[in-house]
Amino acid sequence: MTVDSIQNGIVIDHIAAGRGMKLYDLLKLNKTETPVAMMMNVTSGKLGRKDMIKIDGEITLNLDVIGYVDPGATVNVIQDGKLKEKRRIEMPERLENVIRCKNPRCISTTEQELSQIFLLTDREQKEYRCLWCETRAAKI
Amino acid sequence: MRSVIDIPDLSLEELDALMDRAEDIIAHPDDYADICHRKKLATLFFEPSTRTRLSFEAAMYELGGQVISVAGSDASSVAKGESIADTVKTVSCYADIIAMRHPKEGAARVAAQNAAVPVINAGDGGHSHPTQTLADLLTIRREKGGFNGLTVGLCGDLKFGRTVHSLINALSRYEGIRFVLISPEELKVPSYVKSEALKKRNIPYTQEQDLESVIGDLDILYMTRVQRERFFNEEDYLRLKDSYILTPEKLVKARKDLCVMHPLPRVNEISVRVDQDPRACYFKQVLNGKFMREALMLMLLNL
Repeated sequence: MTVDSIQNGIVIDHIAAGRGMKLYDLLKLNKTETPVAMMMNVTSGKLGRKDMIKIDGEITLNLDVIGYVDPGATVNVIQDGKLKEKRRIEMPERLENVIRCKNPRCISTTEQELSQIFLLTDREQKEYRCLWCETRAAKI
Repeated sequence: MRSVIDIPDLSLEELDALMDRAEDIIAHPDDYADICHRKKLATLFFEPSTRTRLSFEAAMYELGGQVISVAGSDASSVAKGESIADTVKTVSCYADIIAMRHPKEGAARVAAQNAAVPVINAGDGGHSHPTQTLADLLTIRREKGGFNGLTVGLCGDLKFGRTVHSLINALSRYEGIRFVLISPEELKVPSYVKSEALKKRNIPYTQEQDLESVIGDLDILYMTRVQRERFFNEEDYLRLKDSYILTPEKLVKARKDLCVMHPLPRVNEISVRVDQDPRACYFKQVLNGKFMREALMLMLLNL
């Protein structure tokens, strides 16, 4: 399977196989009018299998979302058909309005316009907790 | 603006300073009788509570301050759909400090972020109840003279009890503590509490199912209620329920200087016959809670 190279845009590469759709959803790529190619289970020398997202056009991405879903992913900025920049991704210390707290007793379920904020509480375990009720976010 | 939402908001030095202050209040109540003159505490209790609200209110009166109060969400603007943020912004215009209880977890942190005055969490659902832990700490220190070298038994529902998790977290910051965790299999301390508080700090602990067999090892016995609805089946509940009820007969094997504690209210997990035993400390805990709330309010009011 081949997908055309892009001239100007972003390639999110080395996404762990199976996490591409989650990233697509959390980046809200379904809301953009820019052409997006989602590739899953692509053969990878490094990972065996990987997912990949190609975005054909200029777009602002929330890198925290990528760091949350897969800090091992890479973000390549393409300009005039060439690699302009390779961005390193890290797990963000704080996630704001990316995921929702699943605890039905959490104040964020009722308080008006309260941001959904999660803090990284254990880097090794990739554990995030709700700022308000401290409930752990489900593992991806 | 400094608020106290959970015990980790307070450093070890601050915990010690609060206990020192509480001891000073106990020793010299007259010195504190007017210290909060013209200060107002607002107690916002959006769910029923008797002892905690009364404790805060009594504490402020003893410091010479005054209390304004909202009890029960039905009567308040919250019932009309007002947010916590707006409620505390409004109350900040009337009061110098707020004590708030709310059924939603995290409500106190939302209040603290929006209030113009200090907020004390007086319980936010099953999440946190720091002033109970402050009461527990002062009780242990007063009864035992310190924390070093204590064997602390926690008995009953160790899974859902917020007071137990908070106490484990607080005590594990002191040197030389050892825990004996006594509960049925279904109600053991959750693994995240053990890994965060005990394993990370190399605190020794054992997990037991039978109170009687370990009661003789304990310096502190902290009882909590085992509720029928927490069990998966009736058979297990009936088999185990008596193991977690403290009676004078079980106390025969305990040390003479054991300190029996309970966050109250109790239902039947401590026989009323134990109340006469000098080792029963749970009503002292109530009194100590008031003094720690006084010390905490003074700290937050910079007095």
